[in-house]
Amino acid sequence: MTDTLDQSSGAPTMRIDEATGNKIFSFERNGETIEFVIGSSPEGTDIWQRVPYDADDYGPVSDFETDFDHADPAYNPSAPEVWKALREGGCPVAHSDRYGGMWVPLTNDTVNEVAYDTDNFTSRSVVVAVGRPGDLALPAPIGGAPPITSDPPFHNIARRLLLPAFAPKMIEPWEPEIQRLCQKLLDEMGDITPGESVVDAAVQYAQNIPVNVIGRMLGFPEKDEELFRQFVHDVLERIAEEPGTREGTDDLGAYITQQIAEHRENPRDDLTSYLMNVELDGNKLDDEVVAGMVILLLVAGIDTTWSAIGSSLWHLAQHPEDHQRLLDDPEVMTFALEEFLRAYAPVTMARLVAKDNDFHGCPMKKDDWVLLPFPAANRDPKKFEDPDTFIVDREENRHAAFGLGIHRCLGSNLARLELKVAIEEFIKRFPRFELAGDVRWSVGQIRGPREMPVRILEVAD
Amino acid sequence: MFEKVAAALVTTPLWPLQSENMRVHLDAEKCQGHNRCYALAPELFDVDDYGQAMLLVEGDVPAELHDKARLAAANCPEYAITITDKG
Repeated sequence: MTDTLDQSSGAPTMRIDEATGNKIFSFERNGETIEFVIGSSPEGTDIWQRVPYDADDYGPVSDFETDFDHADPAYNPSAPEVWKALREGGCPVAHSDRYGGMWVPLTNDTVNEVAYDTDNFTSRSVVVAVGRPGDLALPAPIGGAPPITSDPPFHNIARRLLLPAFAPKMIEPWEPEIQRLCQKLLDEMGDITPGESVVDAAVQYAQNIPVNVIGRMLGFPEKDEELFRQFVHDVLERIAEEPGTREGTDDLGAYITQQIAEHRENPRDDLTSYLMNVELDGNKLDDEVVAGMVILLLVAGIDTTWSAIGSSLWHLAQHPEDHQRLLDDPEVMTFALEEFLRAYAPVTMARLVAKDNDFHGCPMKKDDWVLLPFPAANRDPKKFEDPDTFIVDREENRHAAFGLGIHRCLGSNLARLELKVAIEEFIKRFPRFELAGDVRWSVGQIRGPREMPVRILEVAD
Repeated sequence: MFEKVAAALVTTPLWPLQSENMRVHLDAEKCQGHNRCYALAPELFDVDDYGQAMLLVEGDVPAELHDKARLAAANCPEYAITITDKG
């Protein structure tokens, strides 16, 4: 599989800047010369700026309208209630001084507006944390993990390299593989006594599915799955901790560098080798760009879908009528799948304000964070009828679980397939189950159950 | 910029027409490859190697596919699909 740069954008040229060793790509578009610098930051300087925020100074959230914090452990378990209360209280955009300043649009209209406005809002960093990319980081159009951290016009170049690998017809053949994986996980739960046996649907099931598939697509050893989950925890959940103490983030970079070296020794038919060999008009990608893309695929492809699977099973454990409908009428899954994604969308993205602007009366300053809670947009009554009700066969459902605009989730076809198969296999094996204890929810931008004990009430013959 | 947002927010009517003739239109600029149309109405939409939607019908949509066309339009998150009663 090879790809070349979209010809309409003109052929890029590359030169090496002798002073820094950076590669500088330039090409013509609409008569304008556009340059990208790709390379290491000078002398290994820290490319992250520490923002003035210490979680200990703030404590738990007292008011989500003026002190919003999605990393407060109380947020994810009750996020739909938080959004509803804020919207009904006349707050379309919440604010917080935390993380150096953060805005949170909560209505469908305001979330859409930010998602489509790539001029005022940059994707340079998409995970709110105590650090944000400094002036020495890879420049705005590229970012650390392209294309999710890229802005136009580079975004489209990076995205087109990855799109074919995740197009529907490339993903469909994975269905039997995912079925086998799910069945194996169910087998490993051992002997089940209906009415007595309790299993953890998050730990023993949901969390193991996407990590296995993306690890195999990237060509990484299956034995490293626990490590990958640790990386994801470090990057997405430990956002208020000092960058220096989040040693896992450095481990991730080192691990990917080592995998790239290993793939250089032993090239094979996987996504990592593909990215190392793909050419942009005759030039291979810099290792740093390959590593950024691999990090994106690994991090984005794990706890997102795992959360969607967990939340969907959490719903079914409490709504036997929807569970029964899926068993009686498997065709309804086409609609149910989208309703799970709408009602329990796991992913909130983020942007940085690119330039000072007035957003519906909010004085946004350059480098302020903006959270993009697509899950909140999915429950806006102005967009969805009866949004807090799960309607298993909802026919009109333009949900934004995978985002909107140019950053639509690259892996959405894979995520959908994993979610569908995971639900189908679980309810086929266990036609009845219920919650059997406290659910522990994730912390931060990805929302889903991390521990979820369920009692199995019936096992299929 | 905001014109694009405004355009995207205009709701496509779910059941716009009672007419027997139906045309489907796909705005390739708006399509971001969500793949909802291909999943709901594969008789009317295909996807290319990049996952972008392609319209399979030219002219009137056969009557038996009207419901599927409406479903596809009503589920496109980017409002890239519209339905009219003539070309």
